[in-house]
Amino acid sequence: MSRHGLLIDYHYCTGCQTCEVACQQEHGHPPGQSGIKVTEFVMKGRTKPVIIDHLPFPTELCILCAGRTSRGELPACVKHCQANCMQFGLLPELLEEMLKRPRTVLFRPR
Amino acid sequence: MKRDKGIQEFKTSTWSAGAGCHGGCGQKLQVKNGRLIKVEGNEEHPWNQGRACPRVLALTQFMYHPDRLTQPLKRVGARGEGKFAPISWSEAYDFCEEKLKAIRDRDGAEAVVFVQGTGRDIGGPITFLANNYGSPNVSQLGLSGQSCYTPRLAAMKSTVGDFCVFDASQFLEKRYDDPAYSYPEVILVWGANPPPTCADGFFGHWIVDCMRRGGSQIICIEPRHTWLSSRAKYHLQLRPGTDGALALGMLNVIIQEGLYDQAFVERWTVGFDRLRKRVQEYPPARVAAITWVPEELIVAAARLYATAKPAGLHWGLAVDMAPEGTSVAQALTHLWSITGNVDIPGGNVIARPSHGVTTYPYTTEELVALFGQEHMDRASQKRIGADRYPMVKGFRAWAHPDLTIEQIDSGKPYPIRAAWIQSANLLAGQAARTKFHYEALKKLEFVVVVDLFHNPTTMALADIVLPAATFAEKDSFRSWWAPLGVIQKAVQVGECKSDWEINFEMARRLNPDVGRRYATVMELFNRRLANADTTFDQMVARGCWAMPPEGATKPYRRHERGLLRPDGSPGFNTPSGKIELWSTAFEGWGLDPLPFYREPAQSPVSTPELFAKYPLILISGSRISTLFHSEHRMIPWLREKHPDPLVDIHPDTARDSGLREGDWVYIENDLGRVRRKVKLSLTVHPQMINTVHGWWMPEEEGAEPHLFGVWSYQINQLIPGPQESGSGFGGGQYKTTLVRLSRINEEKG
Repeated sequence: MSRHGLLIDYHYCTGCQTCEVACQQEHGHPPGQSGIKVTEFVMKGRTKPVIIDHLPFPTELCILCAGRTSRGELPACVKHCQANCMQFGLLPELLEEMLKRPRTVLFRPR
Repeated sequence: MKRDKGIQEFKTSTWSAGAGCHGGCGQKLQVKNGRLIKVEGNEEHPWNQGRACPRVLALTQFMYHPDRLTQPLKRVGARGEGKFAPISWSEAYDFCEEKLKAIRDRDGAEAVVFVQGTGRDIGGPITFLANNYGSPNVSQLGLSGQSCYTPRLAAMKSTVGDFCVFDASQFLEKRYDDPAYSYPEVILVWGANPPPTCADGFFGHWIVDCMRRGGSQIICIEPRHTWLSSRAKYHLQLRPGTDGALALGMLNVIIQEGLYDQAFVERWTVGFDRLRKRVQEYPPARVAAITWVPEELIVAAARLYATAKPAGLHWGLAVDMAPEGTSVAQALTHLWSITGNVDIPGGNVIARPSHGVTTYPYTTEELVALFGQEHMDRASQKRIGADRYPMVKGFRAWAHPDLTIEQIDSGKPYPIRAAWIQSANLLAGQAARTKFHYEALKKLEFVVVVDLFHNPTTMALADIVLPAATFAEKDSFRSWWAPLGVIQKAVQVGECKSDWEINFEMARRLNPDVGRRYATVMELFNRRLANADTTFDQMVARGCWAMPPEGATKPYRRHERGLLRPDGSPGFNTPSGKIELWSTAFEGWGLDPLPFYREPAQSPVSTPELFAKYPLILISGSRISTLFHSEHRMIPWLREKHPDPLVDIHPDTARDSGLREGDWVYIENDLGRVRRKVKLSLTVHPQMINTVHGWWMPEEEGAEPHLFGVWSYQINQLIPGPQESGSGFGGGQYKTTLVRLSRINEEKG
């Protein structure tokens, strides 16, 4: 079982969907399938008129790029993320990081 | 690093078809058995530092798409019938040569227009071909008012004597880690939504880097709610097209409250008193009424921008598309000038092409040396628009787009017989009043289209179609600010050729001097690269990029160090040596030397009767990250993210119109109607709608009359022309046109 995870700083996710295509290219997923998928949240806010957030969600197809990480490379989504808002690492270390940063989410896909 | 056997890796730069955008990011292409198998961001490249975008990562699907054009084609049926037969390159070249020479002999070289689309590596080859053929008429045909960067470039050149860009450390090899760099305290983002694209040679996410790494605060000038506006300290949600008033209002606050950099203004600018007098006409209360932005927000934003040190200003296409775009850009140039943010870290730095390398000789001196004074005189006399707009003569030596299509239609003052259209799907893309463009272009006796896929433009117009290469399939070079880059060929697809190769061979045939000057395209590249004291091969060996060395093309504070003027004295490269807030260049062109506001041609204010009939302001041209202009509709990984042409409608507006999510509607005005699918969204103002442009359906019938559905989906059919600007530059009405919605009562419309 993997001791690794993904920490996502969703305050900075711009919703560009680079992670999705990075995953599709890496694993040859056809359209309609991806190991990660970005969801957009738009709603009325309290202090600002509109809140806009995005969240990349690792789907069941995410294998944390086992092949890449075994070669010392970053997962395709993390490497190519334009906002640099995704981090790959050991779960305890990511949790430490998470405690320092609000508006983050920690995923353990596998 | 362990790799499969037989995989070769090519480091290269993008800046071309494939990814599509203006960026110059570094990518690594993995090739196996002569075929591209994967694209991987190059972490050693300072531009993107390993990052990529969805479009470049989908490159394999783009390059090996079954519909990709891979052979030269000659039309065999009637024009528009969609019947083409493959021919060899030599047959294609022969045919084009014969036709173009016959037209030149009969009507003069100016009877052929050379058309390009958005600014990628096409500028060099198309200018090269047009000049060697002898035509002065290179045009971004269809782009009303040349409303893409040219107005901003003209304003900067006329004010500062150089171009400026927001400094995100992009001229420095170590980027943010270079000790010379400082993050801006505040970034004023004006009429741009940076994250989805890399417009104007600027990686959009550099703004996000400054926010995340450097804590930069954002002031967002944007009619919509965007991800960026949701993270902004202040969001000024202005009425589209009123940017000029808002800029003058902010200048008013900064000058009235004495928040400008007095020492800088005194030492380095002229015309401040006249500017001070002009901005009196734009007090915040008046500006609030014009722009719909609350007065207190205008004041607060102006104060924050003026008191932050450093502060940067990043801007976008909406500036050019405002009425009098050149004047709006001038006012924004004044913002960073009077606050002393010129050529300082984190401000707006002077941007020159790295190492002084340009893709083609653009200066008059160089052109005269190559083609002679007589050719240049004739060119500037014959160039379409030169007699009407001094800026065509004095600044941007391109044929004016709105006047060019009118001349193609009317044949006056001289007839246009042919068009060479290269990487410009203008009928699905940039052409405002599209039907008029279509009908006028149909009159031409000869049309060549160079592109990568069949599209509405190839189908409707082409007599000859030439298959162009993506960046992965060609050698080329990149010169747009920094770094200097080269593009190296990794693979061959079909018989596709690069724009440079195609145009070099045509130019060689049309002007024997070409062959005498350069034996090969590579020799031409190396001649251009000589300013950087390097060669194409040396550039490839060092990873395909080079940052500017110390000197005139590297920031900072070059005006203090005497690096900007030809005479080597301190100051700016203007006639006075100072930043000319009152522009002598504008005066020379017969324009108002100071910024002013003009109301959009169509608006609730200027055309209340039209507004009663068409009560919504249409914003088109907004970018998304997966599709660039009219490209990528056929790429499965990209199209699935944005399958339908959507229109964003505020839920209140939809409710009042009886529309629901997913309904198909017509957006309509007096020029026609265009289909869209409703997306309810709080991101738009209730009195505005927003839609992505460039839509056609590659999966539908290509032959006329259908033309891949372009008449159903091309939003620019509704955009009137010509442009709204006295200078001729700016004011394409792509973001200010009035429309209404009507529901389509069919399954898919």
